Formats: sequence, C-alpha cells, structure tokens
Amino acid sequence: MKILVCITHVPDTTSRITFTDGDTKFDTNGVQFIIGPYDDYALARAVELKEQLGGSITVLNVGGAETEPTIRKALAIGADDAIRVNAEPKDSFFVAEQIANAAKDGGYDLILMGRESIDFNGGMVHGMVGELLGLPSISPVMTLDIEGDTAKMTREIEGGKEYLEVKLPFVAGCQEPIAEWKIPNMRGIMSARTKPLNVVEPSGNGENTRLEKYELPPAKGEVKMIDADNVGELVSLLKNEAKVI
Amino acid sequence: MSILVFVESAEGQVKKTSIEAVAYAAAMGGDVTAIALGNNVDSSELEKLGNFGASKVLHVDDERLNQGVIQAYSSILAKAMADTGAEVLVLANSALGNPVSARVSVKVGASLVSNVTDLPDTSSGFKVKRSIYTGKAFANVELTNDKKILAIKKNAAEIKETGGSATVEKYSADLNDGDFGAKITKTDKATGEVLLPEAEIVVSGGRGLKGPENWGMIEDLAKELGAATGCSKPVSDMDWRPHHEHVGQTGVKVSPQLYIAVGISGAIQHLAGVNSSKYIVVINKDPEAPFFKAADYGIVGDAFEIVPKFTEALRAAK
Repeated sequence: MKILVCITHVPDTTSRITFTDGDTKFDTNGVQFIIGPYDDYALARAVELKEQLGGSITVLNVGGAETEPTIRKALAIGADDAIRVNAEPKDSFFVAEQIANAAKDGGYDLILMGRESIDFNGGMVHGMVGELLGLPSISPVMTLDIEGDTAKMTREIEGGKEYLEVKLPFVAGCQEPIAEWKIPNMRGIMSARTKPLNVVEPSGNGENTRLEKYELPPAKGEVKMIDADNVGELVSLLKNEAKVI
Repeated sequence: MSILVFVESAEGQVKKTSIEAVAYAAAMGGDVTAIALGNNVDSSELEKLGNFGASKVLHVDDERLNQGVIQAYSSILAKAMADTGAEVLVLANSALGNPVSARVSVKVGASLVSNVTDLPDTSSGFKVKRSIYTGKAFANVELTNDKKILAIKKNAAEIKETGGSATVEKYSADLNDGDFGAKITKTDKATGEVLLPEAEIVVSGGRGLKGPENWGMIEDLAKELGAATGCSKPVSDMDWRPHHEHVGQTGVKVSPQLYIAVGISGAIQHLAGVNSSKYIVVINKDPEAPFFKAADYGIVGDAFEIVPKFTEALRAAK
C-alpha cells in the first residue's frame, strides 16, 4: 500500500488574523504554524492503514522552506519520506497541479488530504487532483477501510452520510472521525530528522485566480445582556430589533 | 452573459441554497439556465425556478443520478457548459457542490472560487469576495480565465421573486462507466428535519446539558422556531448527538440568521463554525464563558430553567 498524504502549513486555529503590505499579505508575526487539522486526520488514517496493511507513506507540501518544520512533524507522526514543492501555494489549481505532477509517476494506491485547508477553506484541491490524474475523488470522507483493491468509506452529506465503494487508486478529502490525531513520540521525532525530504521545483500552467487584497470583517458590537427572569425581553428583541423570528 | 446554475434537490424539492444560486446568477444579469440531475425532483419545483430568475431549466431525468455521483455530475456540468455556451457556472457551496465544481473547473479550464459572499465586481476584470480563515477574514480575488465557476456561500444572495417563468427541457448526458467509478451502496439521511447547513435558525447544545437525555428541551425550542439542532464537538465526540450535528471548525460551518448556543462555552474552534451567523444568542451559567464576547444577546443562568421558559415565551408571542 503506497500512500501519498498532502498537507497544508497553516496558522494555528487560535491565531489572530491580520494583514500587511497594503492588505496583500498574511501577517505571520508571532503566528504558530501547524499541519492543517483536516490533513492531520488524513495522515493519522494513513498511519493506521500502513500499520494494518504494510507499505509506505509519502507526505507532500507545496510551500517555501519555512514549511519544513511542519513537514518534519508529519515525518515524526509516521510518514516515511517527504516531497516539498518549492513554491508559494497561490491558488487551488496551482497546488492541485503541483500535487498531480508529483504524484503521476509515483504509483500511489491512495492520495489523501484534508477536505479543505483552514486558511483558504477552498475544499477544491482533492477534486482537481482527481480530475488531473483521471482518478475518482471523494470528499468529505468520514471513515475509510481498504479490502484488497477496494476502498469502503462513508462520505458526509447534509443531514447524514453516504456509504461508498471505489477501486484503488483514488483521491480522498478527509475529515473527522476518520482517525484519532497522532501525537509524535520521541522516537518519531528523532527519526524524522534523518528521513528523506526531497525538494522539487514547481511545474505547470500557473494559477487561475489572482489575489487582489484581503479584508477583515467589521468589529462585533457589545453583547446585550438580558436578565434570566425576563426571557420575554429576549423574544421581543429577536422579534423587533433583530427581526429574525 | 450566459450563466449555468447547478441546482441540488432533496426530498423532491430544490434546495434553498440552490434557489439562492439561481437568484445570485439572476442578480449578475444575463441569461440564466438551471440544470437539475436525477428523476427524484418534482417538475413543478423546476418550473418554479423561473420565478427566481431562470429562463430555462435543463433536466437530466436519469435514476442513476438520484444520488450525488461526483464524477458523473461533473461530466454532465462540463458538457452542459459547452452546450449552452455558458461563461459562468454558479452553484451552492456545499458537500456536493464543492467536490463536483473542482472537477468541472479542470475539465473546462475555468477559474474557480468557493465560499463566495458577494456579487462579482465587473468594473475592471471579474472579481469576487470570498470568505477565508473560517469566516475570520475575506479575500478579494480576480478570476483570470475566460470561463468561471462560483460556489456561493449561503446567504450570499437575496432570493427575489421575479414573476418570470422557465421552460423545462429534457437534457441527455453522455455518461460512461468511468463516471460511476465510485458506487454509492447506501445512504443514511435524516428526513423531515431542518438540515443544519441550510437552516435559517440553529439551536445548539453543549456539555452544559449534562447528557443526551436532556436534549428534549433543545428539540422543543428548535421545533418552536422551525430551527435545526446542532451541538459542540465534545457532545458529538461523546456520541450524545450524531456527527452531522457537530458545529465548528472541523464540523459543519453554519451561517444562519440566528444561532442560539445553550451550555456551550465557546471554544475558538466552535466560534469558527458560527461566526458567519447574523445574530448569536448565548445562554450559559458561567458569566465568564468566552462565547458571550461573540454574542449579540446573552443570558447568564441555568439552561434547564431558561430554555423551557424561552420556548414558552415564544409560543405565547405567536
């Protein structure tokens, strides 16, 4: 079982979001970067599948040299080797094309990633990679099991789930509860330092969108507190002030 | 401008998020053609789309498409874009819309933007505003290719009745076995309840409710408001409620008119899933709960007393 897990290098969930350079760049000052939470689920499931079926896990990230600590963390969690495509991830198509180019001759049985990144929330890369490689793509995947050359999984839909079967290879965008996140142990951290991390240069047609500028939403007003003995006031405010009921 | 809109349906009816997508396309100005897939959608529902801005509805009346087959759907939409000469495809930002539109964008060489929150600015080029950082910021993005695909976030468009009418035409799709590479073997779907991602009002419960046996009052309040029910991550992790009710960063992200949080402290991961709500009400016994900082209205007190009183007061105000 040869698995490719694509990961994003994103600001920690609790980061304060601000922009610099005339609102054209994310301000990384003081920001802690992590493996995207959804990608963490994909990686955790890959580790479990490798334990169960044998094989190898390659982790891939599209990013500059600053993403290497995040990639090393994925190696510490259980990936065997890594590919870093040396480019700033500009848009979904650009990233998808880098992944597809890196994966096309790799002979992967499974290409896993998170259902979306938590910075751009695109939710598009897995579908684009599937189409570029001519493989089925399924997202958001909640459970994933492999039986021979067939994957059995559940996909979240509005108000429930679908059960699906697909022949390997295919691409999946993953989410909880597909696996428990894995915490790297000391042995993993030590071995991650010596695992291969190959840097490749980007190739392809470039991106299909161009960022003009970022903006922040308007600041939230003060909360209006209502006495617990006076829920009638809440009803009245929702009816007459907010006009939502 | 020729615009194609992919409409999703559930339980025989066109989804509200898809009606919003039709309204969005109509507001862009241009000729709007809608396309519906599968034979489990009522034709009267499709005709109704004329009243929201579609001039024509293409219907692929094929039983194999009653469930969201990602590859087959994307093949049909790519073909329909070519056949209708559509420059833009508009659809709902949804569990189906996103994976499908990603594949269509590669097939037709389109620029694709998801989570779109506003109508395009076409004063110079074609630019849209999209939500990023799980609702904590926005990006203004230019779509640089000739063909464009927009996945519209809920509430990005106001539904307006135009009084227009639409013709419904059968449309045939050239599908092959490869389009059905992934087989859907079974579907577990809640029926008859308000679906969380599309709800206008959401009532969510957290650990403060102490156990699944206490959800009756949340359901009563939701029923009174015609709302969907949701929950925090710990509640779904403990199996008090099904996973599809989990609201938050790694669960369902909601954008209702009104979000009511009962016994939820407001961890940052939960807030990330609700910060697109228009109004937030927080009921919590801890006056220091961080959720109050994100709320519009708050009540400090015992949820077990407040929620039934709130339900009663709503009933009385009808």
